[in-house]
Amino acid sequence: MHELRYVWEWPVRLTHWFNAISIVVLSVTGYYIGDPFVSVPATSQYVMGWMRFIHFLFAYIFMLSVLSRLIWAFLGNEFASWRVFFPWATSKGRQYIVGTFLFYTFVKAKPPGVVGHNALAAMAYVGVIGLYVVQIVTGFALYGQYAPGGGWDSSLGWLLPIFGNQGLRLTHHVVMWLLIGFSIHHVYSAWLMEVKEKNGTLASIFGGYKFIDPKELQ
Amino acid sequence: MNVDQKSTQVSIPEEILQKWEAKGVSRRDFIKFCTATTAALALPLSFVPKVAQALEDKRPPVIWVEYQSCSGDSEAFLRANQPTAGDIILETISLEYSDVVMAASGHLAEEAKHNAMKKYAGKYVLIVEGSIPRGAGGGYCTIGGKSAVDDCKELVKNAAATICVGTCAAFGGLPAAAPNPTDAVSVMDLVPGAPIVNLPGCPVNATNLTATIVHFLTFGKLPAVDRLGRPKFAYGKRIHDNCERRSHFDAGQYAEAFGDAGHSQGWCLYKLGCKGPETFHNCPTCRYNEGVSWPVMAGHGCIGCSEPGFWDTMSPFYRRLPNVPGFGVEDTADQIGLGLAAATAVAFGAHGVVNIGRSYFGKNDSDADQE
Ligand code: HEM
Ligand code: SF4
Repeated sequence: MHELRYVWEWPVRLTHWFNAISIVVLSVTGYYIGDPFVSVPATSQYVMGWMRFIHFLFAYIFMLSVLSRLIWAFLGNEFASWRVFFPWATSKGRQYIVGTFLFYTFVKAKPPGVVGHNALAAMAYVGVIGLYVVQIVTGFALYGQYAPGGGWDSSLGWLLPIFGNQGLRLTHHVVMWLLIGFSIHHVYSAWLMEVKEKNGTLASIFGGYKFIDPKELQ
Repeated sequence: MNVDQKSTQVSIPEEILQKWEAKGVSRRDFIKFCTATTAALALPLSFVPKVAQALEDKRPPVIWVEYQSCSGDSEAFLRANQPTAGDIILETISLEYSDVVMAASGHLAEEAKHNAMKKYAGKYVLIVEGSIPRGAGGGYCTIGGKSAVDDCKELVKNAAATICVGTCAAFGGLPAAAPNPTDAVSVMDLVPGAPIVNLPGCPVNATNLTATIVHFLTFGKLPAVDRLGRPKFAYGKRIHDNCERRSHFDAGQYAEAFGDAGHSQGWCLYKLGCKGPETFHNCPTCRYNEGVSWPVMAGHGCIGCSEPGFWDTMSPFYRRLPNVPGFGVEDTADQIGLGLAAATAVAFGAHGVVNIGRSYFGKNDSDADQE
């Protein structure tokens, strides 16, 4: 029998969607900043101005969302806890890693039964959160250049001489592509789990509930 | 408003003006010089008489040395605004040694430098042009048999203050660009902790050098600097934030090629690789050659010549971003990124197809039972 389990609490779902929307908006506006592909006829327009404004607005939203999720890793339920992101630290976790790997490489037909994150995904998220932090730090360091001596410049400006402002810009730009690569994988995996596990993975990130067959959880 | 106007009605004492006139500098030129320098320092106009007074009182000894450089900064200074700026400063300071303009040569010149250093120890202002090569035991640059490394260290340690003119002296510049065959370094790296002010630029803007000297004369100390030792009055803003083409940037109007319609209409040079957004300098407000022009005004993007790591970090000049290390010179970050995203999509697409296939052929049922 399948039963309904509450997995993703509202802060997890909310930050997930804030992150997702922010990444889409930041990638589109960021790409335009890097390569302004639209040229306008009149000086009275303000295309780059708006792109940059929206980029910086969502930069703040994204930063607050990532920060909230990181804090929730210490306050939330067992599925949101920071512990799940390091499955290799426990023997049970290591079993899950191997099981999921065998599933992804077509050796096994089904992934190990888990309620929360699958083990490999959880490990990938550590890398992704790392990329978020890189993006936020390089972004605000670049942003701070508009006002030397201001808050952002005082806190992050020391990065400029070390990596060079061009180096930070290139990093910021390349990480966008890494995040796009991740997003493709992420959406695919979510779909795959939905189809294979038939447990409502896709719906769970909206409503929070998954259908779990307790028998499958060893 | 009234108060402001009153305070700007400043006058330079008559006898000072007369003295300069006797030296062949017209009062008009002198007043212009004092006003322009005060403005460059971002001081209120009420400081003009103070500046004039400072030029009157002191004749600080100055030693100007050159190591790995092209003499471009000396050139820029000697050919500064009209005849006056350079003249006034050269009249005001006592230039004890300068490779480019001194009459003496050979051992006599070196002796003059040595004597000046001893005589004015702790009092002279040192101006350094060019980077210092540490490779081959300092053998890549020697003056009168002495390596630039030893010479520079000694001079900096005995100076009241050191002004590094040009990007080479300030950050290593061209000689220090990869692969830096002579192991060239800036003065700041050679003698850490010394009282140094950096005036990077290729070449230094003579207005900024003059203003720095005048600041030293007026207040007895070097101007306030940022974390890279650059005076805030000259390097406190990005070029991009004061650029006359900025409205085109914000609007979204970009020259796509040199000579195209956008370029001839003065649109923003961002897509032609302008490094104004990453470069701190007062070029747009100070300009060069009597305020006649500066690169972006002349139609060429900024190449970031006054930033640390120039040339390596600012090339390619006609592209916005540096090349991605490890990839071919012609691959931009976007081509690589797009390739990566496409490869990801293809890989997962294939993975998905195999999965669907497996479901159809029911091969997974026996596997599922094992689970
Ligand atoms: C998912 C997150 C983000 C993505 C995908 C992203 C993407 C980009 C891209 C592609 C560029 C153009 C880089 C170039 O070619 O020069 C850019 C520029 C920039 N981004 Fe982001 N960004 C993100 C987050 C942030 C954050 C959190 C900040 C913080 C303020 C930020 C601040 C900036 C700044 C200041 C610029 C340069 C804009 C300019 O000077 O005109 N970004 N971004
Ligand atoms: S020309 Fe260069 S400095 Fe001027 S607005 Fe365009 S990008 Fe900025």
